[in-house]
Amino acid sequence: METTYAVLSEGLCKRYGEVHALRGLDLAVPPGTVCGLLGPNGAGKTTAVRILTTLSTPDSGTAYVAGHDVVRDPGAVRRRIAVTGQYASVDGDLTGRENLRLFARLQRLRGAAAGKRADALLERFELTEAADRPSRTYSGGMRRRLDLAACLLTEPAVLFLDEPTTGLDPRSRGAIWDSVRALAGAGTTVLLTTQYLEEADRLADDIVVIDQGGTLATGTPEELKTTVGQRIEVVVADAEAVPGAGLVLGNLTGTTPELDTEHRTVGAASGDPALTLPRVVRELDAAGVPLVDASVRRPTLDEVFLRLTHRTTDSTTAIPEEASV
Amino acid sequence: MSDTTLRWAARDTAAMLDRQLTRLRHAPALFTITLVAPLMMLVLFGYVFGSAIQVPGSGDYREYLVPGLFVSVATGGILTGMIGTAQDMQRGVMDRFRTLPMSRAAVPLGQAASEVLIAAVGLVPLALLGLAVGWRVQGGVGAALGAFGLLLLFRLATAWIGQYLGMVVGTEEAAGQLSSLTFSLPMVSNTYVPTDGMPGWLRFVADWNPISAVVAACRDLFGNAAADPDAAWPLAHPVAASIGWSLLLVAVFMPLTVRRYTRGGR
Repeated sequence: METTYAVLSEGLCKRYGEVHALRGLDLAVPPGTVCGLLGPNGAGKTTAVRILTTLSTPDSGTAYVAGHDVVRDPGAVRRRIAVTGQYASVDGDLTGRENLRLFARLQRLRGAAAGKRADALLERFELTEAADRPSRTYSGGMRRRLDLAACLLTEPAVLFLDEPTTGLDPRSRGAIWDSVRALAGAGTTVLLTTQYLEEADRLADDIVVIDQGGTLATGTPEELKTTVGQRIEVVVADAEAVPGAGLVLGNLTGTTPELDTEHRTVGAASGDPALTLPRVVRELDAAGVPLVDASVRRPTLDEVFLRLTHRTTDSTTAIPEEASV
Repeated sequence: MSDTTLRWAARDTAAMLDRQLTRLRHAPALFTITLVAPLMMLVLFGYVFGSAIQVPGSGDYREYLVPGLFVSVATGGILTGMIGTAQDMQRGVMDRFRTLPMSRAAVPLGQAASEVLIAAVGLVPLALLGLAVGWRVQGGVGAALGAFGLLLLFRLATAWIGQYLGMVVGTEEAAGQLSSLTFSLPMVSNTYVPTDGMPGWLRFVADWNPISAVVAACRDLFGNAAADPDAAWPLAHPVAASIGWSLLLVAVFMPLTVRRYTRGGR
């Protein structure tokens, strides 16, 4: 089947015993874009990637990657994809260079071409100096760069990155981000899973927020921020004024504000774009609240994420703040 | 399967064999242990326990023991196959291979091929030490080569058992725990002592242990102790039994392993 999407899935379901890892996941990733699959631990991100990369089969639902059915034609999918992540790794007992040559050979590159390609990638990912050391001696960042290099031996149509920067220091993370941006710029479709909102915000054209195996929201980072509305935060002069400020913000936004007596702050989300900073200040002033600071700003993706996952976890016993990030 | 498919499968297998041999160069610890262990057993059993053990044939215990230890080397495929495969599973290398457009049989075939090469190398120091402590090839050269052929065939068989177990256990820790069990397999056989002295039920198990057939075949082919025509069938016809056991084990564990590799942890 020909599709206009690089990744297209409909109603993917997967159960492991009693656990519903996926319950009807829909994805549609246009070619040449970066899709960020965002969700807390256990949301089903890894299961989704395993199915899309032919490592696992869905119980029901369909998925096409680069136009090929992952269940009926896994061989064709494997020729067009590259995968790296927590579970799909290079061989630590081999050196960086040996790893790249091995993977080049397995992807049908001939001897001399394989060697040249491997050397070029080692250079590009700043691994030339460490190229002849066993890769188990590499730092986390070097290891991820080698993982990524091994994905680029051939030119994959779709690149799957499962939590590519988990556990990395900020500098290494930045290096991986630069590489992913360069790849996307050159037309590679990237499907990225992450727990880091900042990562999704920086890299993804579209974000799919999933939790408990289903899609919660889809959109560009901007669209997702708009759905949650604005964020109001005020700081008051003394702790006794906190409940009063909460009352005012509650009336203004129609939501339940978060009160923090210790830090003398009150925060609230507002879906009303007409709610401006002067109005907030006027109302608080009129109510006699001793104001120190006030702000009305667009939410961060973290807040969007918390709000979205809050809604689903509310019905269960999980505490939203702990269930996320 | 088309010609091209077969050619790619052969190339992928060669690449995986290369990988196993390169790994061995960078991480030789396990290989060294499997190389040295039978030498220690030869010294330990040959000199410490040997004086108290009565054996058939020439009556020299060390001459009796060396063919048994050759078979221990051949049985080592269970251990190294299992640990190597469990490592690949746990470290995610196996899944990386499974996302590549390569032959589904290449990863296990490459490991099995490397096991046979490792055994061929591993038999040399044991043969040399054996010669130094009094073991001799009493039969013809052809028969001796036949014995080495049987040993390599048996290593191929045990490598498939090991790989299957490695895929089932999936982690290095579990493989490590199970590995102590594999050391006891040669104990319940004629490797160290004749089975005649064992209680009936244990003797039955030992006689039908595939290891016993291969040991008896080696003793027979090297001319160290002739096969006993009155023993249980596998020991009375040890060469036929060794080939039969090996082929049967390959026929069972190769498809199981490849199937499990193809399906993965889905």
